[in-house]
Amino acid sequence: MPEGDGGRVGRWRRRLLDLLGRNLSVVVLVLLCLISSVATWREQNPITSRSGGAVARQVLEACQASCSVLVVARDTEADRVFAQAIEQGLDAAGARIAGSVFGQPRDVRLELERIAGAGDSLDAIATHRIASDWGPVRTAGVRVFAPRSYHWPTFLTARNLLNVVNQNADIAIIALGMTLVILTAGIDLSVGSLLALAGVIAAVAVQEWFGGTAASPAGLLAAMLLGVGAAALGGLLSGTMVTAFRVPPFVATLGLMMVARGLALILAVGHQRRLVGGGAEGTPEAVRVDAAAFAWLGNGAVLGVPNPIVLMLVLFVAAHLLMTRTMFGRYVYAVGGNVEAARLSGVPVTAVLLAVYCLCGAFAGLAGIVDASRFEGGRPNAGELYELQVIAAVVVGGASLAGGRGRIAGTLIGAMIIAVIQNGLNIAGVASYEQKVVFGALILAAVLLDRLQPKIASRRARMTRASTSTPVQ
Amino acid sequence: MLELHRISKSYPGVDALRGVSLAVGAGEVLGLVGENGAGKSTLIRIVSGAERPDGGRIEFEGETAGFASPADARERGIAVIHQELSLVPQLSVRENLFLGAGWSRRGILRRRWEGREARRLLGLLELDIDPDARCSELSLGARQAVEVAKALALEPRLLILDEPTAALSPREARALLRQVRGVARRGAAAIYISHRLEEIEAFADRVAVLRDGELVHGVDRRGPTGGGDGRLPLDRDELIEAMVGRSLSMEFPPRLPEAIGGPRLEVRGLSAGRRIRDVSFDIRRGEVLGLAGLVGAGRTDVARMISGAMASDGGEVRLDGRRLDLRSSRRAIRSGICLLPEDRRGQGLVLSRSARDNFALPNLDRFRRLRGVVDRRREGRAFSRWREQLDIRLSSPRQRVATLSGGNQQKVVIAKWLERGARVVLCDEPTRGIDVGARYEIYEWIRRIASEGKSVLLISSELEEVLGMSDRVLVMHDGRIRGEIPDPARADPAAVLRIAAGIGLSEEPPVA
Repeated sequence: MPEGDGGRVGRWRRRLLDLLGRNLSVVVLVLLCLISSVATWREQNPITSRSGGAVARQVLEACQASCSVLVVARDTEADRVFAQAIEQGLDAAGARIAGSVFGQPRDVRLELERIAGAGDSLDAIATHRIASDWGPVRTAGVRVFAPRSYHWPTFLTARNLLNVVNQNADIAIIALGMTLVILTAGIDLSVGSLLALAGVIAAVAVQEWFGGTAASPAGLLAAMLLGVGAAALGGLLSGTMVTAFRVPPFVATLGLMMVARGLALILAVGHQRRLVGGGAEGTPEAVRVDAAAFAWLGNGAVLGVPNPIVLMLVLFVAAHLLMTRTMFGRYVYAVGGNVEAARLSGVPVTAVLLAVYCLCGAFAGLAGIVDASRFEGGRPNAGELYELQVIAAVVVGGASLAGGRGRIAGTLIGAMIIAVIQNGLNIAGVASYEQKVVFGALILAAVLLDRLQPKIASRRARMTRASTSTPVQ
Repeated sequence: MLELHRISKSYPGVDALRGVSLAVGAGEVLGLVGENGAGKSTLIRIVSGAERPDGGRIEFEGETAGFASPADARERGIAVIHQELSLVPQLSVRENLFLGAGWSRRGILRRRWEGREARRLLGLLELDIDPDARCSELSLGARQAVEVAKALALEPRLLILDEPTAALSPREARALLRQVRGVARRGAAAIYISHRLEEIEAFADRVAVLRDGELVHGVDRRGPTGGGDGRLPLDRDELIEAMVGRSLSMEFPPRLPEAIGGPRLEVRGLSAGRRIRDVSFDIRRGEVLGLAGLVGAGRTDVARMISGAMASDGGEVRLDGRRLDLRSSRRAIRSGICLLPEDRRGQGLVLSRSARDNFALPNLDRFRRLRGVVDRRREGRAFSRWREQLDIRLSSPRQRVATLSGGNQQKVVIAKWLERGARVVLCDEPTRGIDVGARYEIYEWIRRIASEGKSVLLISSELEEVLGMSDRVLVMHDGRIRGEIPDPARADPAAVLRIAAGIGLSEEPPVA
C-alpha cells in the first residue's frame, strides 16, 4: 500500500469515517447514555442492603458496640432488605437492637412508647433519609442515623439499567427475528400480533388443558412451546405467501398481523366465556394463569439478573453465531444482497426465506411467552405497535431495509438505543405524547442514516481504492 | 440535416469512437451497422445528448449543436427509440403517447384533444390500434409501433431507431419499417440500427459501417471514405467484409497439447418458446466449444437452461451419459455444471459481501463441519489457494467484491467454480468489461481447465475471441444453431458473421 506523507491525513480521515460508518450506532448509544446521565443527575438515597450496612457502620462508629438501636423502615420489600442489613451489621458487632419498625410514622410512635414503657434504654435510631424526616423519629430525642446521600445519575444505577434492559427484552428478542427478515430485504409487520397470540395460546393451554393451578412444569413447558410453535407457524405462512405466491412481504405480513390479532382476541374472549359460563361480554381481558411457576420466566432472576435479560442475551449470542458461523447465515446475507446471484450459486433461496420468516415468528412467539409470564397471563392486546418499535430498533442498529446489510450485534445496540431513549424520556419526565414525537423523529433519522450510509461507504471505498490500486499492466 | 464532424469519444481503456464523420439528409434513412462494440451505441448516445463527445463537432439543421442532455436533444427534434420499450404497460395507448409531453391546460388533461391526436398519429402510421387499449394487451410489434408513434408525436426532425425489430416477427418488422420510410417521406431523417442486414438492404437509402470506432464504409458530405459510394443496392457480402475487416491481432495463449475425448455434455432438442428452438449439440471432454451469434440469438438462454437458471420447455441434457435434472441451479451445480453469467455484477456476485464470502457461497457444504457450521479455517485456506493461483488482487479476503476491478471480480467467480470442481463450465461473455491483462489470464485459465479434461462452452460476441479460443464453434441465429465451424482458427470471420446474420439461410424461419 503505497502511501506518502499526504496519505497520513487521509488515513486518519478514513479511519474516522470507518469508525463512524461501522459503529455509528455504538457512538449514538454512548452519546444517549451520557445525555441521559447528565439529565438525571440527582441526589441519591438508595434503600439497599449496601446502604443498610453503611448505616450500621455509622451507628457503631458513633456509639460503642453496647448501644441500643431502633431500626425504622417502611413496609416495602426494599426497606426490609435495608433494615435486615442494618440488623445484621449491628448484630455482628454485638449491639443491642431495641426494636424494629416496618410501617408508618404512627407505628414508630407506638414502638417508642412501648420501649419507654418497658423501661428499655434507647441510644440511636437507624433509618433512611425518608423516615428520618418523620415526626416521631425527629422528636424521639436520640441520635438519628441515615445513609449519607450523594449525587449520581439516576439513569446510571444498576437498578435502573437492569430495569431498562428488562423492560425492553421482548422488543430486543423480536428484533432478532426481524433482523433476519430485513436482511433478506423483507419486512414482518405481524410480530406484535404473533406475540399476543403466542401468549394467549400458552395461557389458555395452561388453564384449560394442563391443569391450571396444578399444572406440572412439563405442562407449562408444553403450553409455552405450543405458543411459540403457533407463532412460528404464522411466520411460515408469511414465508409461504412471500416465496410461493410472490406476495410482497409488507402485504403478506400485514394480513397475518390482523388475522393473528383477531385470533388472540377470539381465544381470550372464548376462554372468558367458558369461565363465566356462557353469557360473558365480548370484551378482551387477559387470560389469567394461576400456576405460580408460570411467572418465573418473566419475573425470576438468575444471579440477580432478570430472566428476560438472560434469555435475551442467550438468544443474541446464538443468533450471532448462527449468522456469522453457519451456512444458513451466509445464505441469508447472500439472498439479501443479490437473490439472483445467490440462486445461480446454488443457494436454496426458497428454503432460506421460509426459514427466516419462520424464525421471525418463533422469536415473536418467545417474546409473547415472556410477556405472558411477566403479567401472569396472556394479554390479547399485548404488543400493539411493537412491529414499528422493532423495525426502528433494527434499522437504528444499522441494518439496511434494502437487504444484505446488518448485524446481530447492531440490532442489540439498536434495541438498547430505543430502550435508553424511552427510559431517558421517562426519567426526565417527558409526557408520553412528546415521547411519540421523539420516537418518530428517531425513526426518520435512522432511515435518513440508512440512505446516507452508502454515500459514506462509497466515499470510503473511493479513498481505499485510491490508496491501494496498483497500475494495471 | 445532421452532420457529424470527426467525433471522438474514449472511455477508460477503450477508444469508442475515433474521428467519425457522418451526415444524414432530410428524407433519408441511414442504416448504421457494425459488430457488437463497434461504437454504434456510443454514437447514438452522443447524438441524442446522453453523452458528450471528447472531440469533434455536431451540426444539426445548419447550427452547431452540443446537446446538454437528452431532454435538450428532444427539444431540438431528435427522437430516439430504444431497444427496450419505454411504455408504461398499465396505461392506455393514448396516455402513453402523451406521457410526459405536458399537453394539458392548466394542469387538466385535454382528453378529447388527446384522443383525436392519438387517432391521427396512429393513422399516420397506418396502425389499427385502439387508442384506449392498454399497452399490456398489445403485441410486441404493436407496442414497438406505439413507441414510434410516441416519438412522432414530438414531430421529430431526426428519428433514431436502435434495433427496433430485434424482438419482432419478420412480418411485424416489415410493417414497422414501412412506417419509418413514411416518416422519411414527410421530410424527416432517420438513423436505423440493425443487425438484420436484409432489413438494411430493403429500407435504408445509405449505409454506414462502423468498426472499432471508425467509419469504414459510408458517405459524408465530402464523399466516400471507404470502398463503394454507399449507394444501395449494396452487396451484403461487401457489408459483412466491411464489418469484420482485418484481424485486430488479438493475442491468445498457445493451445495446450490437449486430448479431446468423447462426448461429455449432450444437449438434445432444447427449446423455450419462440426464443430457443430445438438446440442440440455435444461438448467433448477437454473441448472448448464456442457459441457465436448476434445479441439476441439465444446463446445466453441456452447456457442458462443448461445450468438450471432458466426453465426450458423441451429437450434434455446428459452429462457423462446421465440425464440431468435442470429444475434449479442448485441441482445443476451439484451435478457439476456451472455458469459464469454474462451479467457478472447482477448475477455472478453478491456485491455487498466480501470476496471470500462470494467464493465460498456455492462451496459451503465442502467447508462444513457438523450441523452447518462453517469451518472458517478450511474456507480461508481454500480461498487463499485460488487467490494465489489465479492471482486475484485484494487487500484482504474480506474486501467487498464491489470494490474490485472487473478482472478480479471475474476471477472470484472463476475461483468459486474451480473450488466446486465443475465438469462443465459455461462461460457467458467471460471477458466483458475486463482489461487486456486480466483478459489474457482468463484465456489461459480456459485453456488450462480444458486441458484438465473439463468441457467449456464459450459464449462471446467478439468473433475474434470465439474463433481464437475455441476448438469448434457453433453459430446461432434466431434461436437455432445454424452452422458449425470445425476449425475456427482458420475460419473466415466473414463466413461466421454471415451465418450469424442469417444470410443465405433457407429464407424466413417459420413463425411460431
